[in-house]
Amino acid sequence: MADIAENTQAATDAMSYIERVAAKSAQDKADGKYAQFASIKDVGVDDGVARLTPERIEKTINQVLRGECGARMRAYVQTCVHCGLCSDACHHYLSNDKDPKYSPVGKVKRTIWKMLEKQGKLTPAECREAVVVSQTECNLCRRCQQFCPFGIDVAYMIQTVRRICHKLGITPQYIQDTCHSHASTLNQMWVKDDEWVDTLQWQEDEARDEIPNIRIPVGKVGADFMYSVIAPEPKFRTHLIYQAAVIFDQAGCDWTMPATPGWDNSDMAMFTGDFETMGRIKKAHYEAAQKLRVKKIVMGECGHAFRSVYDVGNRWLGWKMPPVPMVHSIEFFYELVKAGRIRPRELFPERVTFHDPCNTVRGRGLHEMGRYVANAFTQGVVEMAPNKVFNICCNAGGGVINCGPPWKTKRVLSNRYKAEQLARMKDQGINTIISPCHNCHGGLEDIIHYYGLEMHLMFLGDLLFKYMEKPGAVE
Amino acid sequence: METSGWNWEPGDRLVADIGAIKDKYEWVEEPYASPDGETIAAVANSEGEFTACVNDEAWENTFERVWNLGFGPDGRLTACASDMGEWKFVVDGEPWEESFGYVWDTHFSADGSVIAAAIQNDGTYGMAVDGTPWENLFENATAFALSVDGAHSAAAIQAKELGQADIKRYQEGLYTVAVDGTPWETLFTNVFGVTLSPDGSRAAAEVRTNLYDFTVAVDGTPWSARFQGVWKPLFDPRDGSVVAPVRQGGKWSLARDGHLIWSQYGQCWHAAFSADGARLAAIVSPQFGRWTVAVDDKPWGLTFGEMVTDLTLSADGARAAALGKDGGKWAVMVDGKAWAGRYDMAWAPVFSPDGAHVAAKVEKGGKYTVAVDGKEFAHAGEACFDPAFSPDGSLVLVKMIENGKYHRRVVPVADFK
Repeated sequence: MADIAENTQAATDAMSYIERVAAKSAQDKADGKYAQFASIKDVGVDDGVARLTPERIEKTINQVLRGECGARMRAYVQTCVHCGLCSDACHHYLSNDKDPKYSPVGKVKRTIWKMLEKQGKLTPAECREAVVVSQTECNLCRRCQQFCPFGIDVAYMIQTVRRICHKLGITPQYIQDTCHSHASTLNQMWVKDDEWVDTLQWQEDEARDEIPNIRIPVGKVGADFMYSVIAPEPKFRTHLIYQAAVIFDQAGCDWTMPATPGWDNSDMAMFTGDFETMGRIKKAHYEAAQKLRVKKIVMGECGHAFRSVYDVGNRWLGWKMPPVPMVHSIEFFYELVKAGRIRPRELFPERVTFHDPCNTVRGRGLHEMGRYVANAFTQGVVEMAPNKVFNICCNAGGGVINCGPPWKTKRVLSNRYKAEQLARMKDQGINTIISPCHNCHGGLEDIIHYYGLEMHLMFLGDLLFKYMEKPGAVE
Repeated sequence: METSGWNWEPGDRLVADIGAIKDKYEWVEEPYASPDGETIAAVANSEGEFTACVNDEAWENTFERVWNLGFGPDGRLTACASDMGEWKFVVDGEPWEESFGYVWDTHFSADGSVIAAAIQNDGTYGMAVDGTPWENLFENATAFALSVDGAHSAAAIQAKELGQADIKRYQEGLYTVAVDGTPWETLFTNVFGVTLSPDGSRAAAEVRTNLYDFTVAVDGTPWSARFQGVWKPLFDPRDGSVVAPVRQGGKWSLARDGHLIWSQYGQCWHAAFSADGARLAAIVSPQFGRWTVAVDDKPWGLTFGEMVTDLTLSADGARAAALGKDGGKWAVMVDGKAWAGRYDMAWAPVFSPDGAHVAAKVEKGGKYTVAVDGKEFAHAGEACFDPAFSPDGSLVLVKMIENGKYHRRVVPVADFK
């Protein structure tokens, strides 16, 4: 009897995951981590601010406001009635204990409002605040716009602040480096022309171990569609290219990837306001597709690139709509599953939850299609709340994660609200999050790790690849 | 392209049975037809080794991988191939003597006599011309170009190393143009498109001089004017002046040697001179979301909403053609008027040497054919290749795979009805 008693585990006072988040947050406050936001250093910002002169500040701000967008900006500012309904829409505000300075209208007041009011005569310190607010405290997620009684597009206003900061030369270092890569290589990760094709061929070799006859058709003119990805895929997530190739091959698709620059659909230049570089890389993207005479572009699982390709970059160039039809992988996978071109071999053994990328839901309403695919391959989707077009951002989007290591802790702490949302799912026994966006994965992984949520993330492609029938595969 | 030596006897000749060829290999990839239509080739997997099958014969050499297959203007078939961890550039089955870390992006002189490709050796980049690499290779190279006569090659190159996230050094300027492997002395923040003059003796490039200002550099010297944007420049064949689309005040125009010469448009790109330089055309957007062609700054009245592309001028410059798309359907425009047909896809228009006729490969309902002056050929097949006109412009070479068989047909223009 004594031996058995010794093996009995004592009952522990187990914390729920939501309690873990609360505890971690309390500790962070006690440690002064939130207070340290004000002292973050960034070479791009600080060196840039040190070079500013009053003349340059005034001239630059007024050039952008008068030459590019002043009337619209002034109309927005004059329309706002300070009702504050936008505040509770913002995860930065909610995660920072409802500090008004993090509310959308608060961020407008700290930036563009001030620029208009002072007719461009900001101090260098005010410019520093503008770049910090616009690049690290707003994801341009457009959630607040849905709650504004007048539909004021705060994201557009903050985007304009970024444009001004770009012109002032005070953009944060890491995202500026990414823009340099965009300008030099037409992709965001400094991938050289040969490395791109070489990587595709490497993944083709890998995939042939599983499906001997598979091809990643490079530069195939006249294919049905061009598949484009973001540069992190060839750089360090190569398996996603492999997986996409297997999915397309087994579905019987006629597809190709370009051998030339234009293969990368991503666009951090859009998020720093370097619109000239944005236009150049979108031109390359669409012209690569047109040169291949494809009927459409299928984009990999990325949210921000989708926004650049379907909305912002194309229009800056003068194309009212995408000159080559384009669909996100969510939509394409939906079509393949619905048509029975890919079928589950077995189902993922658990229920999952679905995190919507802001740009694919508020930009194009793809939320139900994503759930259709996820439901077809799992034990079912359990919804987070809020969700779909009212989803809470991952806090990586809008280029915030691309501002790099100096800003990481601030980014993670400023989305405690998302951590709480995920924790509630975990407390319901949900271990897996499906999210069809690279940035969402980056942001959510950091939150999951930081708050100890013990959840894991999957792309839709991960799910399909692992659980679909593969008639062409060898044992 | 010199076509006088081609067989222009009207008629239909079966060149290859594609189905039979496919039976000989594990798989055969998408086919390419030679300019004269006498040959059809594709990458083939032969028992796990790769080669090119040319009509019904395979190259003697096999490789671990073959890609980037294509015919030059003189009918030579080229490809990039890997073997034992090295990359080779293969011409008609024979590799260049030198191997590379990687080789890609083939360029031909106008007559096809000179072949160049981008190369990488030990992490350094440049070009090889007829198998001979540039003497100097660089940190990176992009935007490769070969002159019309093949005498000179050029690329945008990264002249200095760059550490990770070193934005300061980057903004000091790392990029320039190398011609035949010799870099210009001036460094720029960026170099984008590179163009060589028709005789290859001069080079021009679109450059960014800091994060905000764009201009054109000619033989290393930037224009004094700065713009908000610039697209690829081109040389005027008459006097060697340089013209480029430029952006100023949020609008696009054309500039010659730094001075605006056209009206302003919402967009202006892909400018082209006639061979004699007398006419200058470009694709323009006269209002947001509408696209057309402007010839000598006069936009056509016909506009398209989705895209205008593949601007082509006749040899004498008297005529211009382009493709336009609306509602997902393509039209062929010639001198501002569209053919009646609408297509699921269309390829670049081709003028007859005298400029009297225009042909284009088109796709409708999954079948491909050639249309001439808006009239489609009687046959359509599962594949078709770019058409060509006889020297006198009276005959059209139609290269088509129909019911699994590759046909070379020489068809009188009058037979397109």
